[in-house]
Amino acid sequence: MVSRVTDDYQKMAVSGCVAISEPSFWAGFDRCSADGFKDYFIQLTQYEPKRAAHYGIKHFCWLCINPKEAEDLQLARDVVSMIPDFINHQNVLGIGEIGFNRNTKNELKVLEMQLELAAKYQTLVLVHTPHLEDKLKGTRLTIDAIKNNGKIPPHKVIIDHCEEHTVKLALDEGYWAGLTLYPQTKCTTARAIDIIEIYGFDRIWVNGAADWGNSLPLAVPYLALEMRQRGHSEEEIDRLIFQNPYKFLSQSPNFKLI
Amino acid sequence: MTKKEVLDLYFLAARHNLIEIAAFIDRVERANGGEDFRMAAFRKALNELTKGEPECAKRALLSFSDLTSEPIEKSDSKSAIGAFNPSQSK
Repeated sequence: MVSRVTDDYQKMAVSGCVAISEPSFWAGFDRCSADGFKDYFIQLTQYEPKRAAHYGIKHFCWLCINPKEAEDLQLARDVVSMIPDFINHQNVLGIGEIGFNRNTKNELKVLEMQLELAAKYQTLVLVHTPHLEDKLKGTRLTIDAIKNNGKIPPHKVIIDHCEEHTVKLALDEGYWAGLTLYPQTKCTTARAIDIIEIYGFDRIWVNGAADWGNSLPLAVPYLALEMRQRGHSEEEIDRLIFQNPYKFLSQSPNFKLI
Repeated sequence: MTKKEVLDLYFLAARHNLIEIAAFIDRVERANGGEDFRMAAFRKALNELTKGEPECAKRALLSFSDLTSEPIEKSDSKSAIGAFNPSQSK
């Protein structure tokens, strides 16, 4: 939400949104130094919650260096070493979104570094799976890395941006699977509902990307509307868009809606 | 949902998307120059849709995917482009 206008918070509030979980993300350009991340983490932990609270929305966040900036190993080490200074902040849910971008060796090293951090502080993990042609391979490499770490139970990990060719990989290994509603590069509302109808409601959630790209903060309410058009019950809709994320995020002691 | 209900809800949008794809292929074929690996993957994905087998979306996605298993040394670009370039793994 750091790249969205305040009007988006207002629209989300009137659409029934009660909480936001915002991952640490690439800014659209590479930051010049670890200090740039320090400012960003301050924004995520201090400023953004106030902006959301103005509309009655609870704001939570995840901390990391995003895989898009993981080629510079020294920068990654500097940023990762700074995360413990912020990890106990009351709106921090865990480490994320970590994973792969182009499936490189350095991205793997930085992922391993950050999995170790999540294991040390026993936090939840939000995994970013790569875009387009890189998604399948990146999902497999990520699952291998989590298994190799060996200290993070699958139920504390959500593998995000799953699509038809990766969702089963996540679910079969006991992880949560996220379906990200995003124009062009990820999942549409219709396809997300297809996936849920095929794989069921267990350990799946949907989320709407709200970043600096062409994204739609109201994607989740639009999905709810389409589920109604397809004959899904209000109980099923509530389970998918509220109860499931509530169940996963409640594993973090910092996730409190009241 | 019944098949009729699915068609009632999605047919026009799917028809629209199909015509967009048809026009895209016409546009590529009218243009000068040769096709690259992206169009090869695209045609492979299209072929998957006409086999009459289940999981069309999954098979189409796999047509565009990098099926190798080892991390690459370094990427020459920040962003994925939509189809695996076989020369990337060499």
